[in-house]
Amino acid sequence: MWTRRQTLRAMAATGLSAALRPSLAQPQPRALLTRPVPSTGEALPAVGLGSWITFNVGDDPVARDACTEVMRNFVEAGGRMIDSSPMYGSSQDTIGYGLHKAALTGRIFAADKVWISSGAQGREQIERSRRKWQVNRFDLLEVHNLLDWEDHLPTLFAMKAAGQLRYVGVTTSEGRRHRDLEQIMRSQPLDFVQVTYNPVDREVEERILPLARDRGIAVIVNRPFRQGALLRALARQSLPPWSADIDCTTWAQFVLKFIVSHPAVTCAIPATTSGAHVRENVSAASGRMPDAAMRQRMIAAVERG
Amino acid sequence: MSEWWTYRLTSFLLFSPRTYHRLFELYNIAIWPAQLAGAAIGVAIVAFLIGHRTHRDRIVAGLLAMCWLWVAWAFLYERYAQINPAATWFAAAFAFEALLLVALCVFAGRAVFAPPRGTGFWIAITLVTVAVVGYPLLAPLAGRSWTTAETFGVAPDPTAIATAAALALVRGRVRWLLLTVPLLWCAITAATLWAMATTSGG
Repeated sequence: MWTRRQTLRAMAATGLSAALRPSLAQPQPRALLTRPVPSTGEALPAVGLGSWITFNVGDDPVARDACTEVMRNFVEAGGRMIDSSPMYGSSQDTIGYGLHKAALTGRIFAADKVWISSGAQGREQIERSRRKWQVNRFDLLEVHNLLDWEDHLPTLFAMKAAGQLRYVGVTTSEGRRHRDLEQIMRSQPLDFVQVTYNPVDREVEERILPLARDRGIAVIVNRPFRQGALLRALARQSLPPWSADIDCTTWAQFVLKFIVSHPAVTCAIPATTSGAHVRENVSAASGRMPDAAMRQRMIAAVERG
Repeated sequence: MSEWWTYRLTSFLLFSPRTYHRLFELYNIAIWPAQLAGAAIGVAIVAFLIGHRTHRDRIVAGLLAMCWLWVAWAFLYERYAQINPAATWFAAAFAFEALLLVALCVFAGRAVFAPPRGTGFWIAITLVTVAVVGYPLLAPLAGRSWTTAETFGVAPDPTAIATAAALALVRGRVRWLLLTVPLLWCAITAATLWAMATTSGG
């Protein structure tokens, strides 16, 4: 009979141990669905991380460390885009603390916003945000809720031209100002737009998402869970048995798979305070995805809830 | 604000209930035992309002002003503003209330508290007492730690409630001027608590 040592020596000789090492050492993240940013082709994992409410924890050291763990889990699971805004209280400080503490700075896609009613103060606010994040530059800056977009967009495009920024975008949420958004998407060379989309809030399917595809604009989806309300409502019913066909084990994955399976969507950005939940969220960008018929079943299942 | 009708109260809530209560916990730990001083001031205010003592009006107003100034600085500006940018404005409003109490009541002597009489007086005294003694009990009654308790004199809600009840006893039109900030705060905090209950599924 072969000893364990003999077995390992034989495996080394054949190269088998090297082939098996990753799966024996630790579970590796499954291949994630990525989507190209149309303006550059850069691939982004289809699930990102939001920070609205969840990362606004002030200077509470315990909560800041918990948020750091969320970010660490997110990046280890394969996630990249982290999104914030100067509107989100202390969230930017929390992100900067976590990126620095967990040494994640070079591994993420930093997405932030400019949100101030004076265009002249946009650069100053962006610089304050950058210092809070503790990054050299942002990957993406968006005009938050279209606030003073006429003044802020030229600033962002100038920063992009100067190499101080990689992508430019605008945001709306909860279906507001879609006419304005449409007009901006048609007239400005945007890289990204951010909108609300989930199985209940589907207004963007009519005009915004098709327009984004036509114009080559990446789409970030905010409020995928309606700030948790959608998942709380869905928790009253059990997951449909057929959701196993698209590798869903939770309602959160169910909702995220619905969102990121839309061909125009680049990335959804759910927020959470739990390391386990962030891994579960990221894993929604792996495995089988719903086709058009399945997506209709998903809508029906959610609307029943 | 465009399309203002699409906004709900929860649209303005920037933090979770857990963060809100944790804020009080860290604050209470940092300022201990100032809570005892706040409670003692609250009891003293009740005693002065019930008793017929010399300089009662100026002393009650002065004690209330001290509490409003402390809450403005130590809680609203130093702590709450970390998670709610609007708290800087709340702090200014609390400081303004302290200024009004000092200017109109302590120096100008414009606030004269009604002497003990009638049902209205005792309802006001009961409200002040409940705000001072009963409000801190809400935390353990809600299943939270004592360390998250909100105490008169150092936390805004019981301070505003007790102040509003005490100022309801002031005679004349100056009462409404003095009551404006406390009542506005009661409305703001009620909206905040309601929004937190809604977002947490409560």
